[in-house]
Parts: sequence; C-alpha cells; structure tokens
Amino acid sequence: MPVKRGMAEMLKGGVIMDVVTPEQAKIAEDAGAVAVMALERVPADIRAQGGVARMSDPDMIQGIVEAVSIPVMAKARIGHFVEAQVLQALGVDYVDESEVLTPADPHHHIDKWAFTVPFVCGATNLGEALRRISEGAAMIRSKGEAGTGEVSNAVVHMRTIRGEIARLSTLPADELYAAAKELRAPHDLVAEVARLGKLPVVLFTAGGIATPADAALMMQLGADGVFVGSGIFKSGDPAKRARAIVEATTMYNDPGVIAKVSRGLGEAMVGINVGELPAAARYADRGW
Amino acid sequence: MTSTNARIGVLALQGDVREHARALAAAGAEAVEVRRPEELAAVDGLVLPGGESTAIGRLLRIFGLLEPLRAAVGDGLPVYGSCAGMILLAQDVLDGRPDQPLIGGLDVVVRRNAFGRQVDSFEADLEVEGLTGPPLHAVFIRAPWVEKAGDGVTILARVGEHPVAVRQGHLLATSFHPELTGDIRMHELFVDLVARRPARG
Repeated sequence: MPVKRGMAEMLKGGVIMDVVTPEQAKIAEDAGAVAVMALERVPADIRAQGGVARMSDPDMIQGIVEAVSIPVMAKARIGHFVEAQVLQALGVDYVDESEVLTPADPHHHIDKWAFTVPFVCGATNLGEALRRISEGAAMIRSKGEAGTGEVSNAVVHMRTIRGEIARLSTLPADELYAAAKELRAPHDLVAEVARLGKLPVVLFTAGGIATPADAALMMQLGADGVFVGSGIFKSGDPAKRARAIVEATTMYNDPGVIAKVSRGLGEAMVGINVGELPAAARYADRGW
Repeated sequence: MTSTNARIGVLALQGDVREHARALAAAGAEAVEVRRPEELAAVDGLVLPGGESTAIGRLLRIFGLLEPLRAAVGDGLPVYGSCAGMILLAQDVLDGRPDQPLIGGLDVVVRRNAFGRQVDSFEADLEVEGLTGPPLHAVFIRAPWVEKAGDGVTILARVGEHPVAVRQGHLLATSFHPELTGDIRMHELFVDLVARRPARG
C-alpha cells in the first residue's frame, strides 16, 4: 500500500496530461508534465464523436510508454477488470478507472486490491471518494465534467469533498457512525478522514481545466495536483499552453507568475457550457 | 534527537514536499518551503523531495533556482535528496532525458528508474550505515540506483550490489523515500549534519 499510494504522493504539485500519440506525449514531457494519460481520444472528441469509448489500443499505449521516461497512466472502463489486467500487463504505471469511458458495469467498480498496479478514480463527493478508496483506489481525482473546458463542476466537486471533510473533523466520535451511513462509506475510513482532516490518499482535480488560471484556482481550492484532458491538445498552441499550466500549478499562489504565463497563449479550447449538457451526456454522473 | 534551531528548506516546485516537511519537523528542525532564490538564501540546509526529476529540473531553470542552487551546494550548503532529489544532486544521470537539468555536486552517476516501472516498485528492510536501531523500512518507487560513485562518496546502504544511500561530506542522497514511512532516522541524520555545519559569516 505505501508503494501504491506513495507513487501518487510523488506526482503532487504536478500536471498530468491526456495524450493520444507518442508525439503529444513528448510535448507533454518537454513541458514538464509529471505523467501522461494515454488514451485513444481526448474527452472532447469522445463527446463529439459519440459511440462506445473503451480502453485504448495496446499498440498505441506501448508506443507512448516507449516514447517518454515519465510515468504513463491509461484508462479502463468502470467495472472492466479485464481491461485493467491488460493495462497492468502492458506495464502502465497507473490505471484510471474512468467515467470518461463507457461504463462496463452499472453496479460494481473494479476490485482494485487485486492488482499490483495502482488506481486513480474520480469522485464528486466524499462518500464516492471513500467508496473508491475502500475498493483499493490509491489516488482520487475530483471528476469535474471532462471534455467541456468548463471548470465549474471541478470547483463544485473539490469544494464538496473538502467541505464534507471539514464537517467530519468537527463531529464527536459517536456521530461518525451515522455520518458513515449518510456518506454510504465504511466507518473505519470515515473515522480516519475525521482524524486526519484529509483523505488518506492524494486528491487531484480533473475535468474542464483549460487555462493556467483554472489550474491555479483548483490548487488554491486544495487540489494536490491537476489532470488536464482536452484543454491542452484542443487549444491553439499546445506546447506553450502545457508549459504555462505547469508553471501556474507550481506557482499557484503567485498571481504575478500566473499573469505572466497566461499571456499570448493563443486560442483556448472552444468548450461547452456544462449547464447546456443533457443529463445523459454528463460523465460525472457515471460511477456509483 | 535534540531540538535544533536549524531552518531547513524543502524545495517545493513539485513532489512530496509536505511529507518531508513533517519528517524534518519531527526531527527537530524548522521546515520551510523553498520556491524562490530569496527563500533559498534563508535556509541552513535543503531537502530535494521525491517527485519527477525531469519536471523539477525544468522548473528549477525557469524559476531561476538552478544556478543559485549550484552555487549553494558548491559553497557547502547541506542538501539531502530522496529519489528524484538523488537524481538532481548527481553529477550525471543514465536513462534520463538528454537535456535534463541537474544541480550536481554529488560525485555519482545514477541510473533513473533503475529498478523498473511502477509495477516493479517495492519495499525492503535495509541496514543503513550511521543509523542505530532496527533495519530501516524503505519504500522504492520507480527508484534510481547509484551506478558509479567517486572516491569521496561513502555508500551507506545497498540493495543487492546497487548503492541506494550515499553521503559525500555535506550531501546525502537516498533512492528510497524515508518521508513516507514515519521512521525519521534519515531526517535526524540530515538535521544533525546541518547542525554540525559551521555557522556562515
């Protein structure tokens, strides 16, 4: 467990970037990404093109693993433990059991304790985060609404998780049983969070981050680090934007630096307003 | 460990900064984050945390810390690097990126990700020279090892034939992450090293 959770500790303060080709992976590494997420289509394209979204082609994942020296993550569908087995066999460093792909099981997530490779999972609130941790997730990311370029859901999820943690830490021990029931999470994890005042694993943010200021906003709201999906390679100048988001994530408390790196980045990804998405198109609602 | 007045920085560009700060505080030092040259100038010692060495190296250059750090190491500032920090302190790196900026100063060549990818990460109990008590429980995460060490370098611990903890005067480096285990003996060793350094004019 220290090896799995510790791996995520090493990514803190860093940016993990979605890439679909070895060339993009190299651009991400050059820009100072701490890891890349290998996938076949970025979330914005999954939205635009529709259809079933699955684990990527092993050839493509292998190509990215060979192209860079930083850790490589890859996505498996929710509940699809065989995709996760394949990713582990390919030697990826982290599996994202991701709502961005089409879920394979409407009731059960993957039993992540059964794997050597560590997992990251999305969460919209504390109960969901703790259910994933109880299944063996070694890292949590707020879900946000992937592929929109709109940061509001990431903000809501981060504030919700942090707020629920803050509330737990004010409760007397005898009220944690009812709190666990409300959160639909195991009591031992609820008590651990109440004691620590934080999750027992690293908490990143994801979903809709498109600008350096977005990344810094999420860091100031308490994220340990940032996933950027479509925001980089769907923008006008990916290399420059990637570097700017990395620098803003490090210096998230320094508006002078954020202002400087935000200049002349070209066009941001076009984006979709989350409020205009029909319920069926909301990835954050996937997962249970 | 007796309490000291040592003010020890943790390079806070990326990586497991909080864990090192907590271990340093437990070992009796005052721990502060370092992101800027003026913050570097105000510490008695520095920890280079675990993280991604390529990313940290790039940020060192961008935020103007690389040259001040090289100068400080040359000037005798005690520095302890864990994992990525060991790579950054090394004179040279194998399996790194060709343009990867290193601080250097520690007369070793390290091999990056030498023990393999994340699925090969492991834990081990190590006998570490200079530490008293039971073996140190060590966590290795995509860890480097020392491939070649100069004459002035003392090897403190090995896994198999590979050195994983070394010291050269005021510089200390480990392939593993003592900051993750709650065992603060490596940090005590470093705090002691900082405390013994003659005060700067």
